[in-house]
Amino acid sequence: MNDRLLQSALFLDKFRVLIIFILLLFVASMVSDVFFTVTNLMNVLRQVSIVGIIAVGMTLVILTSGIDLSVGSVMAVTGAVAAGILTAGFPLPVVIVLTLVAGLVIGAFNGVVIAKGNVPPFIATLAMMVIARGVTLVITGGSPTVISDATYRFIGGGRILGIPFPVILMLGIIAVMYWVLKNTTFGRNIYAVGGNEEAARLSGINVTKIKISVYALTGMFAAVSALIYTSRLMSAQPNAGQMLELDAIAAVIIGGTRLTGGKGGVIGTLIGALIMGVLDNILNLANVSPFYQDIAKGLVILVAVLLDSKLSKIGK
Amino acid sequence: MSLLTLKDVHKSFGPVQVLEGIDFELNRDEIVALLGENGAGKSTLMKIIAGVHSPSSGKLLLEGKEVAIQSPKHSQQLGISIIHQEFNLLRDMSIAENIFLGRMKKNRFGTVDWKRMFSETEVLLKRVGIGHLSPKQLVMECSIAEQQLIEIAKALSFDANILIMDEPSATLNNEETDNLMQLMKELNEQHIGIIFITHRLEEVFRVADKAVVLRDGHLIGERRVTDTDKDEIISMMVGRELKDIYPERNIQSGDNLLDVSSLSVKGKLHDVNLTLRKGEILGVAGLMGSGQTALSKAMFGLLSIESGEVRINGTSVRSPQQAISEGIALLTDDRKSEGLVLELSVAENILMPNYRTISNRGYLPKKKMKTIVNQWIKELSIKTSTPEVEVRTLSGGNQQKVVLGKWLETKPQVLILNEPTRGVDVGAKSEIYKLIKNLADEGMGIILISSEMPEILGLSHRVLVMNEGRITGELDIHEATQEKIFAYAVGGENG
Ligand SMILES: Nc1ncnc2c1ncn2[C@@H]1O[C@H](COP(=O)(O)OP(=O)(O)OP(=O)(O)O)[C@@H](O)[C@H]1O
Ligand SMILES: [Mg+2]
Repeated sequence: MNDRLLQSALFLDKFRVLIIFILLLFVASMVSDVFFTVTNLMNVLRQVSIVGIIAVGMTLVILTSGIDLSVGSVMAVTGAVAAGILTAGFPLPVVIVLTLVAGLVIGAFNGVVIAKGNVPPFIATLAMMVIARGVTLVITGGSPTVISDATYRFIGGGRILGIPFPVILMLGIIAVMYWVLKNTTFGRNIYAVGGNEEAARLSGINVTKIKISVYALTGMFAAVSALIYTSRLMSAQPNAGQMLELDAIAAVIIGGTRLTGGKGGVIGTLIGALIMGVLDNILNLANVSPFYQDIAKGLVILVAVLLDSKLSKIGK
Repeated sequence: MSLLTLKDVHKSFGPVQVLEGIDFELNRDEIVALLGENGAGKSTLMKIIAGVHSPSSGKLLLEGKEVAIQSPKHSQQLGISIIHQEFNLLRDMSIAENIFLGRMKKNRFGTVDWKRMFSETEVLLKRVGIGHLSPKQLVMECSIAEQQLIEIAKALSFDANILIMDEPSATLNNEETDNLMQLMKELNEQHIGIIFITHRLEEVFRVADKAVVLRDGHLIGERRVTDTDKDEIISMMVGRELKDIYPERNIQSGDNLLDVSSLSVKGKLHDVNLTLRKGEILGVAGLMGSGQTALSKAMFGLLSIESGEVRINGTSVRSPQQAISEGIALLTDDRKSEGLVLELSVAENILMPNYRTISNRGYLPKKKMKTIVNQWIKELSIKTSTPEVEVRTLSGGNQQKVVLGKWLETKPQVLILNEPTRGVDVGAKSEIYKLIKNLADEGMGIILISSEMPEILGLSHRVLVMNEGRITGELDIHEATQEKIFAYAVGGENG
């Protein structure tokens, strides 16, 4: 291969997610002329935020070559907790803090089982997925808990300078985690653990601590999404967040983070989540039946990942 | 007749030019030694023959006919068998499965013929001198030297007529190397052409017919071994003369730094006692699997101790984190699975154990990191285009230097070195030896484990010899000789 070709292949390799995203935007603008309106774009962003925030945690977990299947259920259970203590009359700041702590604790529990108990992440979080769902049903009694505190609506529905608050939350979390991954010991250690756990351990990195931290953070991000979700609906739903773990994993993988760990980042995940969001949006705008929407979404995930591995081969 | 000919071969990886205009010839009945500094392009050239890389330009002829090798599989079919510098064994599989990977023997029902695979594996293992291993044993449980010999056994099983070995002896000790050299001669008598790469030049004069030297991707020259000597080869390799590989030894008499008392680890170590003084270089010698690696890991808190303890600064070491915070560093002999994160950059690998000391409450100052990384790249002459490239793209010897830099930067009180110069060229070796000696002079205690006897004899103040997990002898450097060490290593006077 000559140099010019190789250089452009390397370029493609680096920005391939972005290129796929731009292609999709192009298609979107052809499908509907409503797509490129501010209202619609803000809508897309807001809809993406719940998955996007959870996917940030999922990125950290996958970077350590783990997986977290419990995020959807954790979102449901922390949502139920939030609605419960809010209706019990606690002030809003306390509710927020307690909800986040609940998510953190559940996530940390996952982490401890995985890192200290040596249980494969898939199994540990699968168990938590079922347990947390069960607990949600117990707390809610199987039917939605309605929230009446009007100020609570701001979390999911408010705007600052015209930008939906959930979008600000998502972008803020992504910016912070991007910085953390790049510039802190914790961030760099995450990559080391995912790239070669043994080498990391021998380098004196506290692998157990890193693992517990990433699952704990993921739990906390699930709780952030729970606040947004319950605020949007002004109620906690017993079946909230079903299949959400799959959307989050898809966003991470489409975003170019390697499923076996050690490689990737949160910016890719943002784009991955946006790709899925835009796709939903186009299919809605084009009035495609929900049944076909799932098929189309699955196919696009497949194509995106296939394209990804093809392009990365050219780069070699 | 010429078995293999390369004509004007070029190879570049992106903008990095690695080989330029290489001509090369291997005849039947010939053993060719391919030599050169770390990063000279030796492995790359061999990978072209093995179908791993395709050349950017140039011709490859087999028995006079031009061929374009498409893939590793194609190369195998053409009768070429290669042992790569970095092992390609599946650690969770048995030795037999590894040897017959992708070409499992089948019986007449079409299912796997385990019996035949095991018996053929047994024969192969015997041939390379590890007949004591069971074909069913998992590769994970084998030492690095054993893994190297398994790779050799695997290469033999192909019945190739060209055999390429990339640094086969880098982790082997004298006896294993002798065995390997013997094997090479036998194979050569059966008309198998052999190319081997080594940084241990005495091997060249023992088995090779011809030496070919590369430097910076250029062919510097080739010599019949009967017409040349070590000095000429070295000056062809490094472009200058090299005197005194080993630095002058200083006399040391520091305080005790580290104490190991009646240390036992189930099945690996029995009642080991040793003390390491400040400023001392303590060599640990022994045959393959005699417990040096286990000892190094136990001192670093990696093995569960049955009885006894490792004490430093009055604390007993129980975990790697504790070992590191007490000032112990361990360079393991397995750089691929224990030393490096291959997909991370050179910089990140060097910094990995050092983040805690560099960081400012978790935040990593960029400038400081850059200075540290650049210093080691320079000091160890690590050949890399930038510090940001993935460490896996570096040549084997340069990867080893990265591991060294990573541990030297931790500035430990006790540095345990297990095969520190594996795959490092002679020029860089002498630099590294100087570095090690200077560190000792500054008060660091160093434990040196090496399969290379001259390295132990050239650097240590004192030598311990191990056999089957016990220390069977201790020699002051003035009385230590290869013969005495060997006598202790095989069970010796006490055993
Ligand atoms: N996949 C790759 N991508 C980029 N550069 C590479 C790649 N493989 C090798 N190189 C570069 O090619 C050069 C030659 O490497 P090679 O592995 O052939 O050296 P070598 O002579 O075998 O050295 P050593 O004695 O250390 O094993 C090195 O500078 C290395 O960084
Ligand atoms: Mg090499």
